[in-house]
Amino acid sequence: MERRAGIVLVLTVVLLVGVPAPALARTEIQWWHAMTAVLGERVNEIAAKFNASQNEYEVKAIYKGSYPDTLNAAIAAYRAKQPPHIVQVFEVGTQTMLSSGAVYPVFQLMRDNGIAVDWNDLIGPVKSYYSTAGNLYSMAFNSSTPILFYNKDLFKKAGLADTPPATWDEVEAIAKKLTGAGAKCGFSAAWPSWTLVENMYALHDQPFADHANGFDGLATRLQINGAFGVTMMELLQRGAKEGWFTYNGRLNKAEANMGGGECGIFLSSSAYIGNLTRASDGKFTWGTGALPRMSGYPQGNSIIGGATLWVMKGAKPEEYKGVAQFFKYLASTENQAWWAGVTGYLPLTNAAVKAMESSGHFQKNPSQRTAVTQMLGGKTTPNSQGIRLGNFASVRDAIEEQMENIFSGKKAAKQGLDDAVAKSGEILKEFAALYK
Amino acid sequence: MKRFVFRNRWLPYALVAPQVAVTLAFFFWPAFDSLRLSLYRASPFGDRLIWAGFANFERLFRDPAYLRSALTSFVFSFVVTFAGLALALLLASFANAKIRGLAVYRSLLLWPYGIAPAIAGIIWLFIFHPSYGILPWVLSFVTAYQFNWFLKGWVAMTLIVMAAIWKQFGYNLAFYLAGLQAIEASVLEAASVDGAGPIRRFFAVTFPLLSPVTFFLFTLNMTFSFFDTFGLIHSVTQGGPGDATSILVYRAWKDGFEGLQLGFSAAQSVVLMALVILLTAFQFRFAEKRVTY
Repeated sequence: MERRAGIVLVLTVVLLVGVPAPALARTEIQWWHAMTAVLGERVNEIAAKFNASQNEYEVKAIYKGSYPDTLNAAIAAYRAKQPPHIVQVFEVGTQTMLSSGAVYPVFQLMRDNGIAVDWNDLIGPVKSYYSTAGNLYSMAFNSSTPILFYNKDLFKKAGLADTPPATWDEVEAIAKKLTGAGAKCGFSAAWPSWTLVENMYALHDQPFADHANGFDGLATRLQINGAFGVTMMELLQRGAKEGWFTYNGRLNKAEANMGGGECGIFLSSSAYIGNLTRASDGKFTWGTGALPRMSGYPQGNSIIGGATLWVMKGAKPEEYKGVAQFFKYLASTENQAWWAGVTGYLPLTNAAVKAMESSGHFQKNPSQRTAVTQMLGGKTTPNSQGIRLGNFASVRDAIEEQMENIFSGKKAAKQGLDDAVAKSGEILKEFAALYK
Repeated sequence: MKRFVFRNRWLPYALVAPQVAVTLAFFFWPAFDSLRLSLYRASPFGDRLIWAGFANFERLFRDPAYLRSALTSFVFSFVVTFAGLALALLLASFANAKIRGLAVYRSLLLWPYGIAPAIAGIIWLFIFHPSYGILPWVLSFVTAYQFNWFLKGWVAMTLIVMAAIWKQFGYNLAFYLAGLQAIEASVLEAASVDGAGPIRRFFAVTFPLLSPVTFFLFTLNMTFSFFDTFGLIHSVTQGGPGDATSILVYRAWKDGFEGLQLGFSAAQSVVLMALVILLTAFQFRFAEKRVTY
């Protein structure tokens, strides 16, 4: 017995001494994110590449669950005074982060650490969404914008030309022909509020909320119950009734229908390209196009979704130095072009767009060019620079609830939108009361 | 019977202390914290805590959607409880009969209870999904009616009611089966001799004798459907379409966790807490009087 204890002791000592101590104590930087599956692997790849590129800092990418999970984890950690250095927050959390008093603005971080980054090279819509008074508050990371997808096989079966519809009139006409030819779903859309309300408002240069969509001050009221919104919702309500528009649920649930080959025309995030490629492989072919427009309204631009990286307060200066170095790496053309190429998210700088153009990437993957062309071809106006609302997640919920009531015919379009405006008004007022 | 008396005055307190500590830390502290938070407007990151008095509660009771949600919760809970118990009792009576393969039959009936609510939700999603579910596909041969619960509130409600009943079914059955087996055969024989048929025997003898079990299951199922069905709803309907399946606990979670409206969500939890206390008190006060042990 004693002998065995001796062996254990020796082994323990050997193990303790034998484990090689890190040659140089690297400063650890925690990066909490919400990227799953293939995207999660890519995130780890970014961290590994950065860690290999220098030996002062070590970025640890840690998966924390869905976007709300990740945000809640960061909130809990911040309250416990142990925040991560970097946290990935989805675009609807932007106002929450800006108001929180818990973040170290990215433009300041870079300035304090003497790293010059040409923020003007960021593509317009991305820069405008995450900047205040021209200063970038969070590091742009994964941004996407909705585009139109169409099932080429279903188009062919219905005897239609191989071109995506460019207007809502065409969407209606084509979707009718598709369902007439036996398609189960002529037209559908994922992320209902984002694709069919928020983006349609921005694309047609219509105001979504007061105070310039929340950019000139805290928004207190949505403006979606005007003529444009009613026309849009009446069209979709009629579509649902006549059968050429199929509603397939909130979030990205509808992607199951597009990926299953049921839908002819479909709106979703440009980041859906990767999954659709996999889902359709060997089953059907598809193409992409710009978001459909309604005639008689001015040109705006589509807005972005996705997430950015926020730097939390409460870390040491040398750690922030590492964060700044890491962001410099993220912003590099090489990383941007690689990231956009492997994920389907937008390349965030004009230089990266050019690099992808000249490397022939877009020629090989024309579907990835659609979103870029759409964004760069649009006009950034106060209505299309983005949407910044407090408690945006709840507001989106209030909108989608009423969209369902409208599509099912339970409420008239105007009534549903009025109700959405009333309910979201309460939510926005609460947020304003908190930060008055 | 020998009565044990503690000599040491402090020992009994020391023995119950861990239990009390756990209860205080995990039940009373969070409950009081919600109570406190419900009176404030609180920012997610904790930098702002503004006294709001009863503003959160006012907002709650002014909101017709909240009252609708309360109604939805009660309808949901009562249907799940009554239909669930009736079905479990019926099948328990069958399982109590002497039939071939009884052991297999009984074990199979218990299975659903071993499944987590969220997983149960996914299973039902696969059966009922309007486009890839098997049931709508089968029904499409019989009727042209579209069972699209993405848009039809009552279909969505029916779906989660059925899923909840199914989920809780094994548990209810196990208790009823045990209750049935505890009934003395002689009592039922005496009733037969007195000329009571099977139905009369059931209502005059079996059902009253099962009343403690029914009472226990009633309380348990009400609480289950009020609170534990969260995972089911979250994975199937997310409270939709519109707010057709948005029960109180789901709303409280959504407003607090996704919407980050902490004070408002805390107010909802307080209302829920009050409801549960009332419900349980009511059950013990009135329902238990009718229970014969």
